[in-house]
Amino acid sequence: MIRRVAWAGATVLSAFVLLFPLTASAQSSENPDDGKPWSMADRYWGEEAMAEAREEVMAANGDLNTYMVMFDRLEWQDTGGDGTLLWDFQGWYGGDIDKLFIKSEGEVSLEDDEIEDAEVQALWSRAVAPFWDVQAGLRYDLEPKGRTHAVLGLQGLAPYWFEVDAAAFLSTDGDLSARIEAEYELRFSQRLVLQPRIEANLSARDIPELGIGSGLTGIEPGVRLQYEIRRTFAPYIGVEWQKQFGDTADFTRASDEDSDKIVGVVGLRTWF
Amino acid sequence: MTFDRRHFLQTSLGSAAALGASGLMPAWARPASMGNLGLPALTGTDFDLTVSQFPIRIDGRDTLATGVNGTVPAPLIRFREDTPIRLNVRNDLDVDTSIHWHGLLVPFHMDGVPGVSFPGIKPRSSFTYEFSTPQNGTYWYHSHSGLQEQVGHYGPLIIDPKGSDPVAYDREYVLMLGDWTFTDPHRIFDKLKKNAESLNFNQPTIGNPKGLTGMWGAMRMSPNDLADVTGETYTYVINGHSTADNFNMVFRPGERVRLRIINAAAMTLFNVRMPGLPMTVVQADGLNVRPIETDEFQIGVAETYDVIVQPTESQPFAFVAESIDRSGQVVATLGPRPGMRAAEPRLRPVPVLTMKDMGMDHSSMAGMSGMDHASMSGRTASMAGHAAMGHGPDPHGAPVQLPRVEANLERGPGVVNIAAMPMSRLDEPGIGLEDVPHRTLTYADLRSLEPNPDTRAPAREVVVHLTSNMERYMWSFDGVKFSEITAPITFMEGERVRLTLVNNTMMPHPIHLHGMFFDLVNGGGDHMPRKHTVVVKPGEKLSADISAEHVGDWAFHCHLIYHMHAGMMQVVTVQPNPLIERKDRIDAALARPDAETAP
Repeated sequence: MIRRVAWAGATVLSAFVLLFPLTASAQSSENPDDGKPWSMADRYWGEEAMAEAREEVMAANGDLNTYMVMFDRLEWQDTGGDGTLLWDFQGWYGGDIDKLFIKSEGEVSLEDDEIEDAEVQALWSRAVAPFWDVQAGLRYDLEPKGRTHAVLGLQGLAPYWFEVDAAAFLSTDGDLSARIEAEYELRFSQRLVLQPRIEANLSARDIPELGIGSGLTGIEPGVRLQYEIRRTFAPYIGVEWQKQFGDTADFTRASDEDSDKIVGVVGLRTWF
Repeated sequence: MTFDRRHFLQTSLGSAAALGASGLMPAWARPASMGNLGLPALTGTDFDLTVSQFPIRIDGRDTLATGVNGTVPAPLIRFREDTPIRLNVRNDLDVDTSIHWHGLLVPFHMDGVPGVSFPGIKPRSSFTYEFSTPQNGTYWYHSHSGLQEQVGHYGPLIIDPKGSDPVAYDREYVLMLGDWTFTDPHRIFDKLKKNAESLNFNQPTIGNPKGLTGMWGAMRMSPNDLADVTGETYTYVINGHSTADNFNMVFRPGERVRLRIINAAAMTLFNVRMPGLPMTVVQADGLNVRPIETDEFQIGVAETYDVIVQPTESQPFAFVAESIDRSGQVVATLGPRPGMRAAEPRLRPVPVLTMKDMGMDHSSMAGMSGMDHASMSGRTASMAGHAAMGHGPDPHGAPVQLPRVEANLERGPGVVNIAAMPMSRLDEPGIGLEDVPHRTLTYADLRSLEPNPDTRAPAREVVVHLTSNMERYMWSFDGVKFSEITAPITFMEGERVRLTLVNNTMMPHPIHLHGMFFDLVNGGGDHMPRKHTVVVKPGEKLSADISAEHVGDWAFHCHLIYHMHAGMMQVVTVQPNPLIERKDRIDAALARPDAETAP
């Protein structure tokens, strides 16, 4: 089990590292030589010296790339027996408008000692409105293994401070699915934060081999109470309702599992 | 008065042994308990400055600074008006550095902005600045490279008048306000980019929900967003001293003490007051103003105010500089004996922004029909209709009809808000000071002591919008970051032009234009205050008339360092006017490019 988790981690990391230089070069914009925005100091200090300094000062004041690594949820879920480990990761690198996003989610059953679900996405993210980014790219499923999906999504901040991440997935097998996540931060104090969160999954048709039925396959509303030891480091406890619908619920019940359960969670939200 | 070089070096380098654990500091920045009984009356013409990285101790903690001659703040540079001076700057850093003479009217290639006025000073190299200044007063100097200003690269600069000083005083001190951080400033900026609210520990809560709902929630703007970087990150200092370090000054009862107050912070506007002691403001941004007595004023980053205080009672008085968001403050002491410590007042309740700060205060529209609705259609250079309505956003100014240059502004990733009804706020003291139970200073109160040298009416208006997206931590002028600039703002040498600044953001921005003064259009007639830095309040629209006298490319930017770093910067180019005769050979060469090769 440990080996497989490590492998999943390595895949995420290597995808991130491989795509790093790609975006880095995509971000650096060059000023055409013919269109110097200003040049009066060239006369005093030379064209070459000023050209270099001008490029530097312009890049240093507005064209800066940043990265972020965030585990929105890194948690243990009390799903019976030894429970389940879950990760929900987002990382990005880029400028104000264009970014490379890497997202990964997955679950490891400690009871069965196996990865139940794991996926990684590599997305180009473009700011299109004050609070919204359009994201497009690929998703690869590590478990169940082998599926690749095209991804088109929208991520941002809805009115009244709801964080939204919605994406549609089209697999190489022609299956269309979608996932919508929404989060909210309700502060009791500057440190104690209640985070309601809901995730909904949809599928265009039945995919029996994955145990998925058409329509709304399931929802996972939950609340997590975080304590921000630092703004970047917040352990939490919470509870989540994992509810499946329709054929998906039937598939789950057929394999002798619970399609409707409430689980307690303990975890950590952290970013840097 | 002759300049004593040895004395200057002693002043600037100080004596490490004498200071012990409280760190290196120049004589002017030492407390009275370490012998500083007022500024030395030094005047010089030749200054040696070395920029390096060195350890210092602030608020009892060891830290590393980047600064000048091994001290924070840097040495006091003092010289006489109209005297040619030389400043030899050596860079002992591993990165480029620079020194910009803030507010000084110097030839533009001596202005010290890398990439705009010169190439910068490379590691292990030197650069000599040479100029004389046609002005006097309290100014300052600082790095214009990277984020060096945040980590100690700043110092005071006083130009003594060539004639007699209209301000009489018995003793003087410089008070340089700062916001020290023990965190690498690049990490602070990165944090703001990742999560712009993460350094703010005054966010809306269930108990204080304004901002979550209503218009604020709908627009995803926070009424608690008073400062990007707060007391949680910063240790506020005066001359490098925290409150615990107690910068203390002395007076004899009845003396007139001149305090030269310079806000050298990277990100912090301060509320300045001396409980129990009225302050008479005599100078703003280096230029004398008609004396005006007040109890408190807000000072923007890079602004300077000189005040006279005249304590008669033999007791210590607190000098309080409180961060605009009230997340922290720093207190110094003015006492009858060295080493005294005044009682520190408690931090006052945190102010909350209003719809007015969003530029959409409908209530104050009453009786202002026909007001400027700030239509943003197209870059126009025509007779702008709404400016012609006369009683526009500036109730003090005369009606004007000017050809206008204004960018076409649209909402987008970098522009969240376009103020629907920006208005004049010159008669307000600044966020949080509206309701204090004592006198406050406003921009509307300021009058130049001398008549303005140029009283021509402006011939045209240039409008610049201050724009932002706090969520993405994007800051810009007209929605265009400095990195994306394709053309500067152009003034013609000799022209009188009106610069109108419209703040579409929720934050006050101290806007600084190099090489020229803003003649603030505040109803002062021919006694407008002349400023190098002007704070534009949230939702405010204000105008300054400018005499474009000095040919060159001049930096123009928000003086909040992370706003500038994010892109809130432009260049104003003053183009040579061939009709103006010039004695200066270099300026003449600029006007006629072929002059260099001509016999």
